[in-house]
Amino acid sequence: IYLVVGEQIKKPVPLQEQTVKDAKGRYQRFHGAFTGGFSAGYFNTVGTKEGWTPSAFVSSRQKRADRTILGPEDFMDEEDLSEFGIAPKDITTTDDFASKAKDRIKEKARQIAGVVAAIPGTTAFDDLIGPSKITIGVELLRKMGWKEGQGIGPRVKRKPCRQKPDPAVKVYGCALPPGLSEGSEDEEDEYQPENVTFAPKDVMPVDLTPKENVHGIGYKGLDPSQALFGVSGREHLNLFGGGSEDTSNLLGDLRHSKGRKLGITGQAFGVGALEEEDDDIYATETLSKYDTVLKDEEPGDGLYGWTAPKQYKSKKRSEREVKYIGKILDGFSLASKSSTPSKIYPPPDLPRNYRPVHYFRPVIAAGNENYRLQKALEESTGKLESDMTQQSRHALNASQRRERLGETGLKGPAPSVLEYLSEKDRERLKEVKQASEQQMKARMLPHQSRNSRFQPASPADASHKWQMLLGGQSANAGSSDFKPFARNPEKQKRYESFVKSLKQGEKVDALEHYLDPSMTEWERGREQEEFFRAAMFYKSSNSALSSRFTRAKYEDDVDKVEVPRDQENDIDDKETAVKMKMFGKLTRDKFEWHPEKLLCKRFNVPDPYPDSSIVGLPKVKRDKYSVFNFLTLPEPTTSVTQATNEKIQQNNSLNKPKKPSRWDVSDKEKEKKDSISEFISLARSKVDVQQQPPVPATEESGTGPSETLPTEVTNEDKDQEEESRPPMDLFKAIFVSSSDEKSSSSEEESDEEQQPTTSVIDSETTKQVDLPDSSSSNLQENVAATTASSVSLLPTSKQELDATEEFGPKLPPAFSSGRFCRLLVRKEKHRKNKEKHKTKREHKHKKEKKKKHKKQKNKGKHKIKKLEKDSSSDTVDSSDSLNDTDTTGLSPKELLRR
Amino acid sequence: GSIDSTIRCWDCRSRRPDPVQVLDEAKDGVSSVKVSDHEILSGSVDGRIRRYDLRAGQLYSDYIGSPITSVCFSKDGQCALAASLDSTLRLLDKETGELLGEYTGHRSTAYRLDCVLTEQDTHVGSASEDGHVYFWDLVEGSLALSLVVGRGVVQSLSFHPTLPCLLTATEGHVQLWREETFQPDGDTA
Repeated sequence: IYLVVGEQIKKPVPLQEQTVKDAKGRYQRFHGAFTGGFSAGYFNTVGTKEGWTPSAFVSSRQKRADRTILGPEDFMDEEDLSEFGIAPKDITTTDDFASKAKDRIKEKARQIAGVVAAIPGTTAFDDLIGPSKITIGVELLRKMGWKEGQGIGPRVKRKPCRQKPDPAVKVYGCALPPGLSEGSEDEEDEYQPENVTFAPKDVMPVDLTPKENVHGIGYKGLDPSQALFGVSGREHLNLFGGGSEDTSNLLGDLRHSKGRKLGITGQAFGVGALEEEDDDIYATETLSKYDTVLKDEEPGDGLYGWTAPKQYKSKKRSEREVKYIGKILDGFSLASKSSTPSKIYPPPDLPRNYRPVHYFRPVIAAGNENYRLQKALEESTGKLESDMTQQSRHALNASQRRERLGETGLKGPAPSVLEYLSEKDRERLKEVKQASEQQMKARMLPHQSRNSRFQPASPADASHKWQMLLGGQSANAGSSDFKPFARNPEKQKRYESFVKSLKQGEKVDALEHYLDPSMTEWERGREQEEFFRAAMFYKSSNSALSSRFTRAKYEDDVDKVEVPRDQENDIDDKETAVKMKMFGKLTRDKFEWHPEKLLCKRFNVPDPYPDSSIVGLPKVKRDKYSVFNFLTLPEPTTSVTQATNEKIQQNNSLNKPKKPSRWDVSDKEKEKKDSISEFISLARSKVDVQQQPPVPATEESGTGPSETLPTEVTNEDKDQEEESRPPMDLFKAIFVSSSDEKSSSSEEESDEEQQPTTSVIDSETTKQVDLPDSSSSNLQENVAATTASSVSLLPTSKQELDATEEFGPKLPPAFSSGRFCRLLVRKEKHRKNKEKHKTKREHKHKKEKKKKHKKQKNKGKHKIKKLEKDSSSDTVDSSDSLNDTDTTGLSPKELLRR
Repeated sequence: GSIDSTIRCWDCRSRRPDPVQVLDEAKDGVSSVKVSDHEILSGSVDGRIRRYDLRAGQLYSDYIGSPITSVCFSKDGQCALAASLDSTLRLLDKETGELLGEYTGHRSTAYRLDCVLTEQDTHVGSASEDGHVYFWDLVEGSLALSLVVGRGVVQSLSFHPTLPCLLTATEGHVQLWREETFQPDGDTA
């Protein structure tokens, strides 16, 4: 260890050594006072060590002359008088003189301006903005001998003052320095040489303009002199402005200016913005404001006092009373010219029977169409009044507002022209219309072969289509709590009756009766379409179509509520899944969830979303009355099962069985898998896994211990769902456009594609071979039809294939569901088998196995081909499976269509 | 886990009275909560098992249907066992939610009964309302043992994490079961 000699370790200075000394070397302690934080006095006492000692008594009789007046400075510390104290005594180069002069001048200008200005008192603020320089005019005047406080004009002789200021005026505040005594003033007043002239008095011009504003009498706005200086310079302003000189005014001015010279004046902190200014009781009340001598009442005419001779008084009076009869207030004089009388505009005359409260009188005319209207309105809105009252008035439509106001409906244009026609005419019109529509359709059909579904069809056609699509499915629509028009109860009611009638299979024409008759035809047509769509939407929300659309995540609108972005799906599907023991993706919901940061810390886990400020499930704003709040879009069941099956397959065949359980694949199947795995080379194992038909999976569920009646039901449900899927044309319409680009390359692949079709037919034939021993006849038919249709539909499916190749390896549910459909057929077979001969199961398994082997052979062939064409093998392979599925998937729909 | 359908996480270190986070996703009372090193597993009366994965920032919700009375992790952390009021125990794959096993035979319709996994994950145990404690083979799903504990409902059940040792609570009795002599292979009670 090296220790450097002489190096001193710096220690912090202890508290007791942290001292401060003043100028004279005395210790000072820190103190929380305002003046720099040092102690006041002697250790917070009075100034000496002994404390406060009264000064010795001195008789004032002998020492009256040098009587000392104690000012504030006498009670101050030395520090306060120093440079940084509160009352520095140093000579500083301030512009006190200049500013004072400026103040006086400005004040005058302000006062003049303040009276004239539109808003009195505003000029006070100019001072805050304006430059603080003395103008050149003032400078010039000064050069010419003008002094502040003097008027401008020729010098005049002065009359002797009649009233002297009281010599014993008490000056409050700080004492004047002894040098500046009032002697000069006294001299000026007393000594009055003959030939001395004086400058004219600086008089405020009295404004005599008539009062035209609405201020109170005597209101002057913000008086700058009062507000800013606390000085009352104008108390004795002589309103009458007689010829006589008023010395008190001059004196007041003088005293005023004198007071300004003192160092400490006025209020300490000024007046706050929110407090009213108090009267300055110390500064304003000087005795000079009061008359100390009895004198005449009228300063204007100094001849006589109140004891003036009668004639004199009456003479003065009479002169006024000529013009004005009545008593004139003190301090007021009659105006020389009368102000112009303001013009008065009389209010309009009210009619005699006028009542100030307005009310609407419902008047129902007895007209024919009016009666109908009335009735319809009553029907549609009668019971919903109570609901409607809860809504805001902005959410109402015209008819609702009309209802609420109790007004009659519009008489002008009736709902439609049809209303005026007789029944017969109407029928005839409709027939004509339909006929023309039929013609139109017929004409249009050749042009748009299968895209016709996407053209704007005529309402009748559309409704037919809708009806067909809705079919029996709409039986569950509308009856439940699905309320797409909950915001508009009237409409909702219409919709419900509409759906009900749709269920009963009424004709479209009949359906129109449920629409609001007060609407125009166009509106009705639109609403009908809307209803159709709503019904369709609700129905298909269980099918795969709705799963294709995802909800908007970010919307801003006013009328929104915050709801969790992801909600757990409805339980119906899940319950069926649970009954089928198909746990997994069906029963699982996965959400993004943001744990609290501290929670992550305590769990010793890194925060998964370090940037997010959300905690819990993310929320989005959504329309309060949106349809989406009533619908929870379930997962596409068919595709999911497919996916899960595939997943199981993957897991199993990749020799990675996760958990051993008795629900796992049976030994036989394992054997099968072994044989499969022999086929599969490691390089393309994954592709082959995908290609394997999920037969083992279905066998799993088929041979499982819990394959009972409920599954049957659900299977049928699923079948129905399959049927209700949007037509194939839709997919075609979407995908066909891109097929053109690929057409060149499709030639190249055509020879490969032949292979899958044969394989499909192969498999189908094997199925048929299977069938006769077990299944019923209609099933057989079904399958037969399937094969037939599959053959016939091949070209189109090929097109689709080309199109879908662009979309990557993942299969859209439409195609994958086709495969599932076939599975279901098989499953049904299984079930039937089981029901008939349970002992046959073994046998059937063997058959299945055989079938599998056959397929494997096919695949083996494929592989050889694939080895030849290594580059494009993947896509082809997937297309194989696609092709396979499409043809079968299409079949039930085609069957239905025929 | 609370009957007000929330799970609340408090920070014991800071001793603050208010919870760090409230997990209010459950639609009904939370009957059972288990915590692993980075997960919170909860069973709710609304028939769902919710697993909050803190590491992945995900919430997995598995629908069972019947009100869940008890949940627990397997020792290897791969599976979750859930007992529900339809007298069934279900073993689910934690990652995928798939059903790995189902165990029935006991009675659980009204009480909130516990379920356990043995120390080696070989067997699945559950209390029952008929006064027994049932043990199933985890893989086979077959009933391995029904242990007569008392006459009333076996209210609570707990298994030693490392030793074959069982603790039961019924009718005011707490019993410790430790019988090695039964079978050398696994069926301990």
